[in-house]
Formats: sequence, structure tokens, C-alpha cells
Amino acid sequence: MVTFVLPRLISFEGAARRSASVVERNAATLRSAYWLVMASGFLEPILYLLSIGVGVGSLVGDLTLADGRVVSYAAFVAPAMLASSAMTGALSETTFNFFGKMKFMKLYDGMLATPVRPIEIALGELAWAMIRGNLYAAAFLIIMVAMDLTTPLRALAAWTATILVGLAFGAAGMALSTYMRSWQDFDLVASAQFALFLFSGTFVPATAYPAALRWLVEATPLYRAVDLVRAITTGGLGWTQLIDIAYLLTVVAIGLSVAGRRIEKLLCK
Amino acid sequence: MSLIHARGLVKRFGDFTAVDGIDVDVARGEAFGFLGPNGAGKSSTMRMIGCVSPPTGGVLRILDRDPRREGPAIRARLGVCPQLDNLDLELTVRENLTTYARFFGLPRKVARRRADELLDFVQLTERADSRVEPLSGGMKRRLTIARALVNEPEIVLLDEPTTGLDPQARHLVWERLFRLKQQGVTLVLTTHYMDEAEQLCDRLVVMDGGRIVAEGSPRALIERHSTREVVELRFEAESQEAFAGKLAGVGERLEILPDRILLYVADGDAAVAEVQARALPPASVLVRRSSLEDVFLHLTGRTLVD
Repeated sequence: MVTFVLPRLISFEGAARRSASVVERNAATLRSAYWLVMASGFLEPILYLLSIGVGVGSLVGDLTLADGRVVSYAAFVAPAMLASSAMTGALSETTFNFFGKMKFMKLYDGMLATPVRPIEIALGELAWAMIRGNLYAAAFLIIMVAMDLTTPLRALAAWTATILVGLAFGAAGMALSTYMRSWQDFDLVASAQFALFLFSGTFVPATAYPAALRWLVEATPLYRAVDLVRAITTGGLGWTQLIDIAYLLTVVAIGLSVAGRRIEKLLCK
Repeated sequence: MSLIHARGLVKRFGDFTAVDGIDVDVARGEAFGFLGPNGAGKSSTMRMIGCVSPPTGGVLRILDRDPRREGPAIRARLGVCPQLDNLDLELTVRENLTTYARFFGLPRKVARRRADELLDFVQLTERADSRVEPLSGGMKRRLTIARALVNEPEIVLLDEPTTGLDPQARHLVWERLFRLKQQGVTLVLTTHYMDEAEQLCDRLVVMDGGRIVAEGSPRALIERHSTREVVELRFEAESQEAFAGKLAGVGERLEILPDRILLYVADGDAAVAEVQARALPPASVLVRRSSLEDVFLHLTGRTLVD
């Protein structure tokens, strides 16, 4: 039986199918408790949008963007919340969860005894992280449209952009997690994530910072993500967004290849 | 053609040489054992055969393929039961099998059918929808073995399959492994239980310090490295050593332990008669057949390795 069933199955199975089986494993673990965790990740950016975007926004009034367009403060903050929720969703999968699966559940040791390769584990986990990030983004975009902070068509375009954002942060997070020694190290990740969240042109335009600081802010991945998403939801797409896209694509490529190689180094000794 | 073929196989971790140039051939349908104390290099060898650890040197061919370049294709035809259970604690018992089957690319329907067959095979059907966590050690081990069989492998690698199990659980595992062997599956296992090796293995190698120190069938190893029988003598005294000198010439070899003296002899009863003729009445006498354990301890020594 083995000799004539397996070779045929393997002949058309490839990296994509094996990566998909990793995603499938994660889908099989979905249970009520998990949904609760996911709900909290979705609620957080909405609370920020309401408290700061709408609340503080009523004190700030309208904002003039770098290209001269004037938008309400809520419309300025909302895409930033959108990008950062895609970041949070992807990161929570590829940092905490990934680390736990690798170091403590020894899940990948089991997977690597099958035809699944390290890079396929990385791809599968990244796809899963991106899906989670994108669920947050989709829900958030529906609320943005409902609050009249963007149009449905722009929301759809922004949603595809958040796929890239999720992939970039997921890949970077996973690569980083392979260097973590213990749970304590993740405190640093959380701090870095929060600093990004506060200073990536999220609540204040980067132009408001002194020149040196502005360069630093504009070099961060979340700034590029916010810039891309904001340009879409406020209808101000330009050439700068090509830099954002190229930047995020580079992060995906580097993150993935580092993660794949590190998984192999750590688990295939 | 041998399914596993190694020549001068070496595995180094930095300065430490775990496997120091071993030659191994395993034929189809054989049950082959790696015996040795902890740190002998058994698990490192198993991981190289399992294509999850690249060899540092030497030749290794699995199923006539190169593990360095064709890992996924080889692993598709292997079943691996690792030393420590790495079951998926977030899934149920059945899901552990169906999910694992998907890693091998089996269609969902086939995966479900295989899972049910295997749960029956390892007697876990009643726990199919249970989580893995509350299962006993023996049940987890059986599930890990079932998982290793999900792709109908040609070679099953078992790294210490019954370590840490109670006697009932061990016997159940042995019985299932024996049935696999009868079905023609090639078994490769590591163990430091001599009874396990004698029960399951057609042929085995004894490893020590990364090298193979003996090879053969359990019977042949006993014949070559031990005597037919062993007499265990216990004298009522502080030290057994006082008696050792008086036993010179009885049997081929003599070993003094803190609480008893072992005499390696061809004929146990004749040796006991000789001991009594020398007017050395021991407090207790036990004549037994020589076992693989005697071979093992003779070859690898009684000193604790780790």
C-alpha cells in the first residue's frame, strides 16, 4: 500500500501544500478560549480610536497633512490604529506563540520528522499570523467605514495593504523570536512594540519631530506601514508609498529567510 | 540492498564527538537495536537516520537516498517515535493523528481512516476525543507510536520506546511492536533494557563512547562475550572479596560486587559443586542463564557514565 500510494501523493505535494498543513494544524487548535484572546486584540485599537482619535480629536480639531490635505484627527489616527492592530495580531502569533511551540511544546520537532522543512514551518506560521492580523484589520475597517473615516473602496484597498503589514511584522517577529532565550526576553519585544506604537507617526505626524528624530521615526517599520495605510484610507496615494511597499517586502524576505535558517540551526542539530 | 547503510558515520557537536565512525547495515524487515549506556551516541545516530541531524562525516544512505539532499523524500517513508513524547497538547488524541497525517500530504479522508485504524491498533479508541494532557505515560507513548505509523512507514525509528513505562504498559508496547515486525515493517530501536533488546531485536550493536563495541544477534552476543551460565554467590560477610581468592579457577571469569560474587561458567551446577567442595558455603546461590545484560555490563563496564 505504502509503495504505490505515497509516491503519487508526494509527486504533486510541494512546499506550499506542506506550509498549508502547518496552517491547518493551527486552525485545528481554535477553541473558545482562543477566540477570547483574539477578541481582546481586536478591541484594543478600537478603544484607542475612540479615546484618542475621537476624544482627544475633539480638542485637536482638523489636521493638515504633509501634502496639504486637511483631515479630521480621527481620520488621521484610525489608519495608524489599523496598521498597528495588524502588527499586534501578527506579532502575538510569531513571538509568544511561536516561541512556546518551538521551545516548550516541541511542536516543530514533531513536524520536522515529517517531510515538512524548516522554511515551510516558517511560511505556515507566517501565513497563520498574517491571517490573524488581517482578521483584526478587517473588523477594524468595517468600523472605520461605519464611522465615515474612509470609503468602502478605500477600505478594501487598505485591507490588502494590511496583508503586507501582517506579513512584515510576522516575519520580523519570528526571526527575532529564534534569538530569544527565555520569556523574560519578550519584555523587550513588548517595550519595543509599545514604543513603535506611540511614536511611528501614529498620534502625531512625523513632521512634528525634530529633523534627527524624524529620520529615525521614518525608518521604523510601523511608520512605513502607517504611511502606506494612511495614504490609502485618506486617499493620498503617491510615489512615497512605493518606498513603504519596498521596505515592507524587504522585511518579509529577510525575516522569513532568517527565521527559516534559525529554525533549522536550532532544531536540526 | 540495505535500507540503512552507514560507513564511518561521524557526528560532532563542537569539540564533542557523539558518534565516532560507525558502520551499520539494516536489512528490510529486520528489527535492529542500538544498545548502550546514556551518552553512547544512540540518539545522535537515530537523529541522523531520521534525517533531522546532518552527519559530520562518513557515508549515510537511507532507503538508497542521501539524507543531506533528499531529507523530505526519505522522511516521507519513515516513522519516528522520539525519546520524549512531543505530542501536540493543544489537540485531541485523534486530531494528533489526523493533523500529523496532513504533514505527510495524506488526503483528509485517508487521514481520518488511518487515525481510526491506528487508535484501534494502540487501544486508544475510547480516548479518541480526549485531550493529550490527562493521558497516562503509557497511553502517550502508544499515541506517539501510532503517530509514527500514520504514513505507513517502511522503517520505524523508536528511541527508547518503553523508558519510564510501568511493566504492563511496556508489555503492551512490545506486543504492538512485535505485531508491526510480523507485518514486515523494519524496526530500528535504541534501548538500555536488555530484556527489550532480547525480546524485539533480530540483530543489535552495542555502542559505547560513540563507537560500536559488539555486533550480532542477542544469542550470538551472549555466546561470544559471556559464558552459558552465571552463578551468583552471596557470602555472609562484611566483604565478599575475602572469598574471591578461594574461588580462583572456578569458571572462566569472576566479578566481585559489593553484595555478591558472579561466576561466569559453562556449567552452573558443576561450579556450585566445586564451590561447596572447597568448603565455602555461601549464604545463597543462584544459577541462571547468561543474559544480554551480562554482555552489556562486560562490554561497557559497571561505572556510571553520567
